[in-house]
Amino acid sequence: MPAQINRILLLFTAFIGLFLVVRHFLIPETFGQYGHYRGASLDDISSREMVFADKEDCFACHDDIMEILENEMHAGLSCLICHGPGREHVDDPQLGNINKESGREFCGRCHDIHPSRPLDVVNQVDIKTHHTEKTNCIECHNPHALWEGME
Amino acid sequence: MAAAGTLVLSSVSRPFNVLLMASDPPPEEGPWWGIAIDITTCIGCGMCARACKMENDVPDEPFYFRTWVEQYTVLNNGEVKIESPNGGIDGFKSSVPEEEIFKTFFVPKMCNHCSKSPCTQVCPVGATFESPDGVALVDEKYCIGCGYCVQACPYGCRYLHPEKKVADKCTLCYHRLKNGLAPACMEVCPSKARIYGNLRDRDSEIVRFLKEHDYQVLKPHLNTGSKLYYNGLTAEIS
Ligand code: HEC
Ligand code: HEC
Ligand code: HEC
Ligand code: HEC
Repeated sequence: MPAQINRILLLFTAFIGLFLVVRHFLIPETFGQYGHYRGASLDDISSREMVFADKEDCFACHDDIMEILENEMHAGLSCLICHGPGREHVDDPQLGNINKESGREFCGRCHDIHPSRPLDVVNQVDIKTHHTEKTNCIECHNPHALWEGME
Repeated sequence: MAAAGTLVLSSVSRPFNVLLMASDPPPEEGPWWGIAIDITTCIGCGMCARACKMENDVPDEPFYFRTWVEQYTVLNNGEVKIESPNGGIDGFKSSVPEEEIFKTFFVPKMCNHCSKSPCTQVCPVGATFESPDGVALVDEKYCIGCGYCVQACPYGCRYLHPEKKVADKCTLCYHRLKNGLAPACMEVCPSKARIYGNLRDRDSEIVRFLKEHDYQVLKPHLNTGSKLYYNGLTAEIS
């Protein structure tokens, strides 16, 4: 083989070798473990902090309310719907560090009369006219035991 | 010398691991997550959209959503009105006089976690992918924020995160799933309009739901392999 081809070949091999070595260091360790992506990213994503608590956690301390709620129209509702994420409260339960939203607008999100809202799923009232003698819904309906104290 | 040889060899073989993997059938064990949404029982409270923003630290601006609720109103003259004020996070108010309405309903939207997802195929750096259990995810460390996937998603379920500068999307609350908890949006749904579950488990809630309802996926003609099944999907919905 002519010498100049040899030199080109040598240069070529050196470049390809260099390319492969650089590539080796640039591709993350777990790439290709499961597919065309970095396998370790699955662990990154699953180790994110949870914000919403486990609703079963409420059982430990509020089993009384959970028992009441079980036999109520609101039985299908998780505590977290009305009381917010509650992570902070579960870690360190105190008065005031959990959401206690109530009021006409809040209950109205589900109960205000709305043509798109299926009537067979949720009973609706017009929150602007329904029993306006009291401002807050929970003055009459206990949010956990809805008809408590009413006929 | 030997070390350099191994280095070169392994760097030659490693890129092909992917090809070898791709020819493997998907593993038959472990969960295969799917979602079902019942349009006929959604009451449009918007708790799901609100919980999602809290759980996943989604930016507050009204154009970043991992899940949102749309209100469809079909008028008597055939016109279809689609509204989603702030994604439904603040609830809905009716905007059309009742006598003009032909029919109206709420449609919750979220990532379809497609099994032939168009979004993961266009990624130039392998930073978005379908996990072995069927969840479409983004690797934030390697995403370069080019936005191809955002355009590729036919359902509009991705956005570029304004602070992290990477593509962001619904993870089906992967961090909760792995701990055995329901995704935040499902947790707070009052009417069981959102269901998730393991499609491989014949006794799971979702498989029972699919057996009992006439489900359909969004944009079936695109053959995305969507795993989000809707009950009550009508022709107006896109
Ligand atoms: C470790 C026990 C514990 C757990 C778990 C717990 N709580 Fe509490 N919770 C308390 C205590 C103690 C109080 C204060 C009661 C008091 O002093 O009157 C409280 C108060 C509350 C209050 C009233 C707060 C206020 O400001 O009036 C609400 C609402 C509440 N809890 C909801 C929940 C929910 C929802 C969960 C589940 C996510 C939960 N709690 C889990 C112990 C607990
Ligand atoms: C429909 C919404 C709703 C649901 C669902 C709900 N709560 Fe409440 N809860 C409220 C409201 C509203 C208050 C505030 C009452 C007040 O301000 O006096 C409250 C108050 C409380 C309190 C304070 C003490 C009391 O009795 O007033 C506790 C404790 C509590 N809730 C626990 C729970 C637990 C545990 C669950 C789940 C089993 C639950 N709640 C589900 C709406 C709800
Ligand atoms: C997240 C949605 C949601 C919220 C918020 C909510 N509810 Fe309900 N409520 C329901 C559902 C679902 C039912 C049961 C189905 C039905 O009404 O037929 C129900 C049932 C009721 C009922 C019983 C209706 C009947 O026919 O017996 C009353 C009363 C009621 N809710 C009052 C309230 C009040 C007061 C609040 C505010 C503290 C509230 N709800 C907040 C979803 C909600
Ligand atoms: C002054 C007391 C009072 C207040 C305040 C009140 N309610 Fe009622 N609610 C009643 C009574 C009494 C009934 C029984 C039926 C009736 O009188 O309409 C009732 C019935 C209901 C029903 C069942 C309707 C049906 O068709 O069966 C729902 C749902 C309801 N209320 C939700 C709410 C919501 C949401 C609020 C807050 C916006 C609220 N209520 C405020 C007293 C009250």
